[in-house]
Amino acid sequence: MRQTFLTFLRGGDSALPGYRLSLAATLLWTGFFIVLPLCALAIRPWQDGMGAVVGALHDTRMFAALWTSFSSAALAALFNLPIGLLLAWALVRGDLPGRRVADALVDLPLALPTAVSGITLATLYGPQGWLGAPLAKLGIVVAYSRPGIVLALMFVGLPFVVRTVEPVLKNLPRDLEEAAVLLGARPWQIVLRVILAPLLPALITGFGLAFARGVGEYGSVIFIAGNQPFRSEIAPLLVVVRLQEFDYPGATAIALVLLLTSLAALALVGVVRRKFSAWGDAA
Amino acid sequence: MSVLIQNLVRCAPGTRKRLLNDVSLDVPTGAFVALVGPSGAGKTTLLRAIAGLDTCESGSLLLDGQKVENMQDRARKIGFVFQNYALFPHMTVARNISFGLDVQPRAMRPSQGEIAARVQELLDLMQLPDMGKAYPARLSGGQRQRVALARALATGPGLLLLDEPFGALDPIVRRTIRSWLRSLHDRLGLTTILVTHDQEEALEVADRIVVMQQGSIMQDASPEELDKEPATAFVMEFLGESATFRGVVQDGWFTPEEDGVLPFAVAAEIAPGPADAMIRPFEITIASADLVQGQTVPISSQGVRNGYRHYLARLKDRTIAVHIPDYTGENVLSESYGVLDISRARLFRDGKRYS
Repeated sequence: MRQTFLTFLRGGDSALPGYRLSLAATLLWTGFFIVLPLCALAIRPWQDGMGAVVGALHDTRMFAALWTSFSSAALAALFNLPIGLLLAWALVRGDLPGRRVADALVDLPLALPTAVSGITLATLYGPQGWLGAPLAKLGIVVAYSRPGIVLALMFVGLPFVVRTVEPVLKNLPRDLEEAAVLLGARPWQIVLRVILAPLLPALITGFGLAFARGVGEYGSVIFIAGNQPFRSEIAPLLVVVRLQEFDYPGATAIALVLLLTSLAALALVGVVRRKFSAWGDAA
Repeated sequence: MSVLIQNLVRCAPGTRKRLLNDVSLDVPTGAFVALVGPSGAGKTTLLRAIAGLDTCESGSLLLDGQKVENMQDRARKIGFVFQNYALFPHMTVARNISFGLDVQPRAMRPSQGEIAARVQELLDLMQLPDMGKAYPARLSGGQRQRVALARALATGPGLLLLDEPFGALDPIVRRTIRSWLRSLHDRLGLTTILVTHDQEEALEVADRIVVMQQGSIMQDASPEELDKEPATAFVMEFLGESATFRGVVQDGWFTPEEDGVLPFAVAAEIAPGPADAMIRPFEITIASADLVQGQTVPISSQGVRNGYRHYLARLKDRTIAVHIPDYTGENVLSESYGVLDISRARLFRDGKRYS
């Protein structure tokens, strides 16, 4: 007994010293940080009885907010795909001056406090903003409506697409394109069949990450969204609203639905990605 | 398809350094030419220029006697096998091979059934009949090589360009693929240009060897000619192990400056003066010490390899390898001292061959 415990601690034949001990410690901490809060989230709604949860789930305002969140996140992630791909392309293949600066700027939306980006976007695209005013003259309303939400989510989601596509693009040998040219492929055929096809798994991953970030995004959205119930109210905001009303079962019920739907969506993205990257598995 | 290159010059991008320095080459239809040379000699650059993958500063390139301007004219007439094969990783072997057919405009494209038949035909030809559904990641190096070849041949090109095609293969696979490639070339009536840094490979597979150095062609000849009459000391050295003896030509005789090496008669028209005699280890013979005059040198046996008994002759400052054909399996030298007879050497002066 003591013997087996010692071998476990020594880590068997792993190259890392003290592998099992550190793994156990890591798992314990991960449990406290991630698994425990998630479990609490799953358990909490039921503590006030089934009735409270069922009542909270029968809320059309909640469903409207969930729909706004998920559809906006999906749209934003979708729009980010071509933009992110082009940016990654410019960073990898382009030799523009200031490429390194641009490279650093791509990550900025991740570092910026989300409230700052939210206020900036709201100011820019507001009815009196630099971009909002001319757009309003054209009859396009961005701020305080759905387009505003999508815009904010695109802002925070873009780095995910760029950073997942970039390394794959970098590792894509140039002679694939040359081979395609010599085999008689025309430029659009090369882009579609030789460049985009192998990038597809990375693009799907980037989409999944940007989507996940978009669903959970709060700070950058609430300033530009207008937050009208049933129209431009996102689910995370509704959670806060419910909390302020001391409606804990309602808040946790929304959170639970949010959690489960996100999980399902990410699982779906994973399945799709695996389907498109079967070619990468070596024997 | 014949290839005619005249005075081709290509500079490294953004510099004046010449990667190809006034290269001219005539490859008739049906020839099998090997471009050899050390790294950085411009072999791959020349091959890429023929394929049209790089543009050149000046000079002309004619395929079948005609100038080709754009890639679309070249495409499908040239099969190119890249050094690392450049297989499309996300396509099955069959899709890789049929790529050149799939991308043709609808009016020219063969039907799905014809394409499938062509792919199967090529897979059989490459001895990979059951590999059509596999992805390149699952193939071995030799298999990838053959898939790349099949893909290059799918559109029925007249010219096959191969960039170091055997580089990543183990010696046994190399040897079989090499002879198989040669028979494929003969069977399909291709014109083939192959880049390699392995001179033995080139000598074995090609009809003509083009030796390149620093962006220029040093010599363009058949393997026999190259072996018998290397144009420069570099070619001599590059084509195989050789030994150089410094000496002086005087009165129709070459006299080596080292002891233990016999003088030998040379053509009378060679001007007197210093010269280098270069010789292959198997062309040197060892003369018995008591039959000739002169300083003898110690000689030790190093065992037998490939039918040759290897000896080391210890001159004053260096050792010279001597390979003597071994018929009997016994040490043919009766004594451990002798004199080197290098009368089969070729004479070079300032790097150029004299006789």
